[in-house]
Amino acid sequence: MTRKRRRLVLLLACGVGLGSATALALTAFQSSVEFFVSPAEIAAGTESPGRTVRLGGLVEAGSVQHSDPDGHPVVRFRVTDGKAAVEVTYTGALPDLFREGQGIVAIGAVQPDGTFSAAEVLAKHDENYMPKEVVEALKKSGRWNPADGPPPPAATWDTLKVKSAGG
Amino acid sequence: MTPELGHFALALAVAIAAAQAVLPLMGAHNRDARMMAAAPALAVGQLIALLTSFGCLVWSGVVNDFSVFNVAENSSSTEPLFYRITGTWGDHEGSILLWCLILACCGGAVAAFGRNLPASLRARVIGVLGFTSAGFLLYTLTVSNPFLRVWPPPIDGRNINPLLQDPGLAMHPPVLYSGYVGFAIPFAFAVAALLEGRVDAAWGRWVRPWTLAAWCLLTGGIALGSWWAYYELGWGGFWFWDPVENASLLPWLAGTALLHSAIVVEKREALKTWTILLAIGTFSLSLCGTFMVRSGILNSVHSFASDPTRGVFILALLAIVIGGSLQLFALRAPVLAASGIFAPVSREGALVLNNILLCSICAVVLTGTTYPLIAALLFNVALSVGPPYFHLTVVPLLVPLFAAMSVGPTLPWKRADLLPALTRLWWAAAIAALVGIAAEAGLGRAFAAGGFAAAAWLITGAFAELVERVRLFRVPLSVTRARIAAQPLSVWGAAVAHAGLGVTVAGIAGMSLATSTIVAVTPGATIRLGGYDWTLLAMHDAPGPDYTARVADLRVTRDGRQVALFHPSRRTFTEQKQTISDTAIQTNLVRDLYAVIGDERNGQVVLRLHVNYLAPWIWLGALVMAAGGGLSLADRRLRVGAPARRPVATVPA
Repeated sequence: MTRKRRRLVLLLACGVGLGSATALALTAFQSSVEFFVSPAEIAAGTESPGRTVRLGGLVEAGSVQHSDPDGHPVVRFRVTDGKAAVEVTYTGALPDLFREGQGIVAIGAVQPDGTFSAAEVLAKHDENYMPKEVVEALKKSGRWNPADGPPPPAATWDTLKVKSAGG
Repeated sequence: MTPELGHFALALAVAIAAAQAVLPLMGAHNRDARMMAAAPALAVGQLIALLTSFGCLVWSGVVNDFSVFNVAENSSSTEPLFYRITGTWGDHEGSILLWCLILACCGGAVAAFGRNLPASLRARVIGVLGFTSAGFLLYTLTVSNPFLRVWPPPIDGRNINPLLQDPGLAMHPPVLYSGYVGFAIPFAFAVAALLEGRVDAAWGRWVRPWTLAAWCLLTGGIALGSWWAYYELGWGGFWFWDPVENASLLPWLAGTALLHSAIVVEKREALKTWTILLAIGTFSLSLCGTFMVRSGILNSVHSFASDPTRGVFILALLAIVIGGSLQLFALRAPVLAASGIFAPVSREGALVLNNILLCSICAVVLTGTTYPLIAALLFNVALSVGPPYFHLTVVPLLVPLFAAMSVGPTLPWKRADLLPALTRLWWAAAIAALVGIAAEAGLGRAFAAGGFAAAAWLITGAFAELVERVRLFRVPLSVTRARIAAQPLSVWGAAVAHAGLGVTVAGIAGMSLATSTIVAVTPGATIRLGGYDWTLLAMHDAPGPDYTARVADLRVTRDGRQVALFHPSRRTFTEQKQTISDTAIQTNLVRDLYAVIGDERNGQVVLRLHVNYLAPWIWLGALVMAAGGGLSLADRRLRVGAPARRPVATVPA
């Protein structure tokens, strides 16, 4: 094999490697990127049911209800961005830092009745840390602009309690 | 007084590093022997200054000097001594100082063990390390100073984050950083080679042990982090494709590729430019890994912007180090002589395939990790890339990699025939196929069966080359024994490292069979999971040094026989008002019984129970991989041509 041919083989191999990596990444992106939605967007009904998304916001004060049908713990709570609140249902154990008034991220899908069914609930292991989804939701709702400084302490968000969804 | 001394030593280190960056490089350029000779002394001086500085910070923690910001934030008088020491690197400032200290150790190691390097190359390597050091030390001194005082000093410190009060995680940063920073040495060698305009087999021989040492440490560091996530976070998994985890995986993938391409440079003087580029890329990924994670830009664009001075400083530094070295590469790479040639089917060809596949995996992981950031900055869309993306992209690329991993080492250099190599591996393929079929028949899970088959293929294939070399069963056993003794350690090292990956793959395949359940029960209730009966006997309170714990007594029986009696608990830390679950794990290396308790309401406790299979194999495999690297490092052949007075095996940290 000549030097040229060998170089060609090498380049072809690199091309195949890169090409397949790109193809894999693109197809995987199509099916597995999770978009972020805010409670207000779900309340407005723009989110199509069934698609896996991330819902970020604060747990509305006084909204957490526990029940244990057939031994599996089910939690219902409302997630708010100060503009709208969405009812979330979750089966399983909540993270240690899950508290009312705290920022959380719920991964799941909107149900046809407008509630949100979460497969996973995340609360970060730092009480001062705001998940980016929550920051995004609060920014979108106009309640807090990060440019104005740090967010108000989590406890004061209770005053953002929303009386009815979409209010 | 101690913190001021540390502060002064830090400032001194900056000055020495600046001199270390300028003098040797100028000396090498002007062929001034005296300036070049200053390099090792400066490197050692910088190391001593930083050791003093770091020692002062540790001492402030040990004596509970809460007027020091770093100590007040990460320590408290109620903590045991061990955590008062490890709290030093519990925050950004302290960990960056540790990072700089390890970088200075690299400089010191080159000064101490590189006496046989050509004078100009050694001066340039130390100079490049000094340049990098100077940049990051300046950053530490100006915007990330751990010696800042707080006034008035608090009566007691804020305590280390309870999650970090764990021996595994306390040791995780030093090991991981040693791995990250260890890649600074191949990087410095690469830049020095570009400045010299010369890369030869000797260069490959010098670079490889350093790369190998860094790689071993990084492997250990990643495994330690993954193990910690498994037993401490209590989510029942071992890898979550979190940006922080990916940031450590990226340099590991690139470093593994570098390790293999350096072999080609050493043995065949080929792939020289590519290896240089890879050395620069690996260290760049290490840098991005440390600082992007520490600055929080991967978690949130906003947390980065919340401290703009630091962010801008770090970005500028990264741009100078990475951009500068790439610019140099673009200018000087064409100067390097054209490399030796080889056939596509050969040992070199197989190593090229290894590089292509590892770099492809690295590229897809990098894309997935940074895509949310890119989408937020360019398209203003908030999105997140979860584990499904990584599974869909990484697994298909791993299949050819694993397939080639056992074949590559059996191919001869320069030119080979695939068929004889494959026929020599028939028994490895047969074992893998048998394992796969048996697993599929017994478990009925395609992913796990494929994983076990791959593991069997990797482990048997790893030793196929050795079996061939010692001519097992084809010559009398005494001859075989003599041949075994005659095999160089690096051959053993490669086989052990490849087999270690097989063990890890088996562990991951086993974990895919894990079962779990979440239930709310009252004491006395029994749950059935994975063939075990789990009985919650009682709940009670137990005091701890700085927390109060709520403990569950859980008995696990199988067919009426007690298998385990263990105590998952929830600790409420009084100081930070934080609650942490303490996972209970009982393992016999084949299956882990894993229990976490959650909330308690109306006399009912939420229990999360898992039965995980082969979980410890994942980290054991990583340990075996690192041990394989260590074996290779111990090989004298690695040092032929660059004989060191003392073994290079001592690790740069």
